[in-house]
Amino acid sequence: MTEPLTTAAPPGAVSQADPGPPSLVAVPAPPRRVLPRRHPGRWITTAVVLVLVAQVLHGLVTNRFFAWDRFAYWSVRPVILDGLLITLEVTALAAVLGLLGGIALALARLSANPVLRAASWTYVWLFRSVPLIVVLLFLYNFSALYHTLSLGIPFGPAFVRFDESRLASDLVIAVVGLSLNEAAYAAKVVRAGILSVDQGQHEAAAALGLPKGYQFGRIVFPQALRAIVPSYVNQLIGLVKGTSLVFYVSLLDLFGSVQSMGSTYPGDIVPLLLVATAWYVLLTSVVSVVQFYVERHFSRGALRTLPPTPLRKARANLRALRARIAREAAI
Amino acid sequence: MTTVTEERAAAGVEVRDVHKWYGTHHVLDGVSLTVRPGEVTAVIGPSGSGKSTLLRVINHLERPESGHVSVGGELVGVRRHGDRLKELGERALLTQRGRIGFVFQNFNLFPHLTVLDNVAAAPVATGRLRKPAARELARTLLGQVGLADKSTAYPRQLSGGQQQRVAIARALALRPGVILFDEPTSALDPELVGEVLDVVKDLAGSGTTLVIVTHEIGFAREVADRVVFLDRGRVVEQGTPAQVLDDPREGRTREFLSRVL
Repeated sequence: MTEPLTTAAPPGAVSQADPGPPSLVAVPAPPRRVLPRRHPGRWITTAVVLVLVAQVLHGLVTNRFFAWDRFAYWSVRPVILDGLLITLEVTALAAVLGLLGGIALALARLSANPVLRAASWTYVWLFRSVPLIVVLLFLYNFSALYHTLSLGIPFGPAFVRFDESRLASDLVIAVVGLSLNEAAYAAKVVRAGILSVDQGQHEAAAALGLPKGYQFGRIVFPQALRAIVPSYVNQLIGLVKGTSLVFYVSLLDLFGSVQSMGSTYPGDIVPLLLVATAWYVLLTSVVSVVQFYVERHFSRGALRTLPPTPLRKARANLRALRARIAREAAI
Repeated sequence: MTTVTEERAAAGVEVRDVHKWYGTHHVLDGVSLTVRPGEVTAVIGPSGSGKSTLLRVINHLERPESGHVSVGGELVGVRRHGDRLKELGERALLTQRGRIGFVFQNFNLFPHLTVLDNVAAAPVATGRLRKPAARELARTLLGQVGLADKSTAYPRQLSGGQQQRVAIARALALRPGVILFDEPTSALDPELVGEVLDVVKDLAGSGTTLVIVTHEIGFAREVADRVVFLDRGRVVEQGTPAQVLDDPREGRTREFLSRVL
């Protein structure tokens, strides 16, 4: 394929076919291989960054303060893994409940009913204004404020009555608090997503006489998800880390376990914090990978061709590299 | 070609003294119109004359402030309540919409569904057909609009003309008694207009009731049984294409035609 270049005509030869208009620039020799521009700056910055990285790694490995043997010991201790499990549980429950709450709030905000709209707006305003830790501590002390929770007519008879102290385990408090908070943010994300769907889609669905639930569930929401997923995943990553606050309502999540082990074994606090770091990094990385595939799924139809998966991208890069080497060798 | 509406007889459309305001703007100012079953009616007029609104009132995408519309002898979107008209509930309205096909200027296909699912969705969602039967029907309809080979594509992978033909197949899937076209070729590149008009012509020949808002005067002359000229929310003139397009009585019609022809 690179034949024409290597078999270039000798200087002064006239090409066989139409020579075209005479060149405006006097070219002394026929075209030879073009050498790409060199980038010495890139080499220098690369070297600087590599040196810095090497220094950091060296420090991490050789500084006895990090106590990597203790890190290895703690990272899979049952007490830590139990904490990790609590973190996963709380995150998953709050993510799902928060999203459902967010969808409900977004629909209320977009409804024609002014009372629903105002209620939704007030909720979001309130829960975005109050720090999560305050919400959690409020809930924690809730049983002191209200001994029983009852569902009924205000100032009238109650239909159902719960004993607060029995209902509210630490896990329930944590999940409820995080979900309440999460729903307020999710509401914004979901609302923006729904509004991003073209008005023509609503009209087409209505004109076809599709049932209301189908219109939302199968036509509008799947298209809204394309806009919702990236923002909601951001939210979710915040949530994974936000769960570390449940320690303050005496729930031993990953961070809580690390904290309590740290006060029992003060000498191991740094490796313990490294253990927490490693697990949180792993969790958010998994979320990011899942995000890529979920986004790819929901861009079906929106893009003419789907973005390549990392594996395909790597293969394509490899192919390109091989082709380049072959080309260089041929010249 | 076998007719695509063989399961439901063509329906007539009756529009009686319809008024519609957008704020203080009187979009439809007492419009009355009769379309006999199987007839093809072209609605022409300058932009802003209320053509699209009229069409959207017929399937109750817009609620008229007064007057009424009936399709196949049944009031659309409302029911009689003493001497007044009361708007129907959502469910009843959606059922009625299934009998009235609507083709949009911008196609409004569902971009996240394949072409086949776009066509098969409505019969399944409304409980008319089970999924395999709906898909079978969708394949037949796509064949009729010349897109049998595109059923697994997504709408954005198609040209505008192809998308509009899918939209027509989607409207046909509910076996409507009447199909409303809102400027079906206005969003298309000139070289793609013909393929869509050909499909509409086939439908016209098959005895389906069609109401077509269009700027294609030549097309209106060719396929329409009747032409209605609308201006400033009123029907200025109506009649056969020969009457309205070639020998208009009203000055405003003449003026409009001289500008578009």
